[in-house]
Amino acid sequence: MRTSICDIVVVGVGGQGVILLSNMIGKAAVKAGYSVRGAETHGMAQRGGSVVNHIRLGCEFGPMVPVGGADVLLAFEPAEALRHAHFLSRDGIVLVNINPILPTTVTTGKARYPALAEILTPLQGLCADIKSIDATELAFKAGNPRTMNVVMLGALSKFIPVREEELIKSLSDSVPAKFLEVNRRAFELGKREVEL
Amino acid sequence: MKEYLLGNAAIARAIIEAGACVVTGYPGTPASEIVEYVAPFSSKYDIHVEWSVNEKAALEVAIGASWAGVRAVAVMKHVGLNVAADPFMTLAYTGVKGGLVVCVSDDPFCHSSQNEQDSRCYARFACVPCLDPADPREARDMCSYAFELSEELELPVLLRPTTRVSHASADVEMGRIEGDRAKAKFLKDPARWVMLPAHARPRHSMLLDKQDAIKTALANVPWNRFVLRGDIGVIASGIAGLYAEEALKQLEVDVSVLRIGTFPPPEGLCSEFLVHVTKVMVIEELEPVLEDYVERLARTYNPDIEILGKRTGHIPREGELDTFIVRNAIADMTAQQSEVVLSLKEAEEILPPRPPSLCPGCSHRATYYAMKKVFGKDAIFPSDIGCYTLAVRMGTIDTCLCMGASITVASGIRFADEERDICCSIGDSTFLHTGLPGLLNAAYNKANITVTVLDNSTTAMTGHQPHPGTGFTASGDETKAVSIEAIAKVLGADFVETVDPYDVNATIECFQMAKDHQGLSVVIAKQLCEITARKTGISRKPYRVNKENCTGCKKCVEFGCPAIEFEEGCARINSLCTGCGVCAQICTSKAIEVLE
Repeated sequence: MRTSICDIVVVGVGGQGVILLSNMIGKAAVKAGYSVRGAETHGMAQRGGSVVNHIRLGCEFGPMVPVGGADVLLAFEPAEALRHAHFLSRDGIVLVNINPILPTTVTTGKARYPALAEILTPLQGLCADIKSIDATELAFKAGNPRTMNVVMLGALSKFIPVREEELIKSLSDSVPAKFLEVNRRAFELGKREVEL
Repeated sequence: MKEYLLGNAAIARAIIEAGACVVTGYPGTPASEIVEYVAPFSSKYDIHVEWSVNEKAALEVAIGASWAGVRAVAVMKHVGLNVAADPFMTLAYTGVKGGLVVCVSDDPFCHSSQNEQDSRCYARFACVPCLDPADPREARDMCSYAFELSEELELPVLLRPTTRVSHASADVEMGRIEGDRAKAKFLKDPARWVMLPAHARPRHSMLLDKQDAIKTALANVPWNRFVLRGDIGVIASGIAGLYAEEALKQLEVDVSVLRIGTFPPPEGLCSEFLVHVTKVMVIEELEPVLEDYVERLARTYNPDIEILGKRTGHIPREGELDTFIVRNAIADMTAQQSEVVLSLKEAEEILPPRPPSLCPGCSHRATYYAMKKVFGKDAIFPSDIGCYTLAVRMGTIDTCLCMGASITVASGIRFADEERDICCSIGDSTFLHTGLPGLLNAAYNKANITVTVLDNSTTAMTGHQPHPGTGFTASGDETKAVSIEAIAKVLGADFVETVDPYDVNATIECFQMAKDHQGLSVVIAKQLCEITARKTGISRKPYRVNKENCTGCKKCVEFGCPAIEFEEGCARINSLCTGCGVCAQICTSKAIEVLE
């Protein structure tokens, strides 16, 4: 039996804006009338480590999406998508930014970063669909590489039961006015990317 | 009105609504945000908000305020309560006047901690009530109630969220902010406030006599409740109750549930539940506090009952629980099929580990580089708690025990007659927290060691809180900035030098002098935290690798900065470069230059 209306897991690397984005989604969902639960990664892991946030819409239970329960895995980085794939439901989808961020274990030559196909192929067997998004490039196109997370929010907007206007409102409340325009462009580009 | 709030923000909101006059704390994940959320309201609601130098100071300041008759809160992480344990234990004897809430966040799984101790044990140890919230809403409501309970019983109340409550978010109803508050007046009462042995003995009896009043007060709170169904039951405390409820809904089984949110647990409710069931599983995180209580109660009310939990190996005693673990445990008990999870082992094996690491441009990396150059890899490097512990991969962190233990552990290794060089390291905030007595002890007892203070002028790891060296208070007011150099001198170190770690040669030279010095030497490596520097608008030109000069020796790569990569036989500097320039000084073939 389902225990939430929609379960989202957002993953990435410390510093990519995972917490900020998760909060935008949570706030928009509360405005939309949902009971919302979320869990965040703070502290030590934020220093360039692997970061996982959970957002549960229409849920009265714990803040973490149960293993095997995520309807959407929103990944800001490909390796992190695979690292947290156990959260995915078989009917779930993955939205993944295909631009790797190399961990220091790779830059110092202690480990190897796999090719994109090595990451995406095993993911394919685990869920209903994967949308690969060049979000870093789209953020550049929008006018600021730091809007990568908002590109991903735009893409996510097509797959969650929260209206676009609510998400945009939440976005406007979260970013300084002078950056609103570039953020809205980023949102739009992300959305269009998954409409095609 | 409902708002999407972090658990810590919900607790902060309750503190403001309850009319607390004094709010203190020392930063520590997962508790730090509570004080941070109260701080901006300090002038509007006339709240004294402070980052105290350590948890003992924080609790004692809050105790003073409570004894003067106003509501007060001390906030800390679980291990902080060890530092504050001295006042905490005797506070139970003296009791309080104004409501006093000790808010302690536990960290099951050690997400950001050196251990996963269970603060409920402290409440039991001190004989004071403890509230164990399941989510941000309960944390808010329990915090409001904790002030009332504290005043009713004249005892401190321990509010104990965990990481998944403090750092969970939920839609939380906002309440009204109380207008009137008690006016402070300290009433002299030596028999109560002066814990001489003759006063302490009767206060101990009074504390024991109060235990019945605690039980009566907690008998009917809304966070203890049950639903009776079949004769198999689950008893769960705090957040484990939510995991259990979700697991039961997923499994669709007819199991009775008792949710517990207070310690001591309610005897009436628990005994009624125990009589109803023949088999029960006790589900809680960390120590079997509730389980042992249930065991004891069952001897009276239902001796034949079968009790499953940590003592029987059905529920883990370490790490954090989640719906998945609890679901499998309940499925096992009710002879249902456990959930099968796809094994991703093979897929995950191809992934490079991504441990947290020092930021690009972090000055600690430069300090440790110079330290290792001078002292060599055979020297002994005791260290402490902060971002810099992440430098463990550089080989310059040999020990990390608790706040302030670097200097004292280093001293002990020296006094054991270890002959090798010893150079310990401690951050600025940690030095001011509990490093001071350690340095004084080292000077007094003539420890021949080098102490390095990594001074980045902030409490970085927990989110950049100010401390006495920064010249700012928790609410952003200017205050006296103490000099770490002056403190080190006055505590008795005769060699004290400050150096900029971005100047590699100067830092190497400084460490060399400290190493050659006979006796206690202190090196203060001072450079702003890179994150603070960026936020305050300091920007430096990034660097690049001139491929023609690069020999591919990897000296810069081994330095371990995330901004330096290696491809096609050459180093490459990526967009993370902050322009600290340290790698350019390390490079022996002049291949790294400013990107103009």
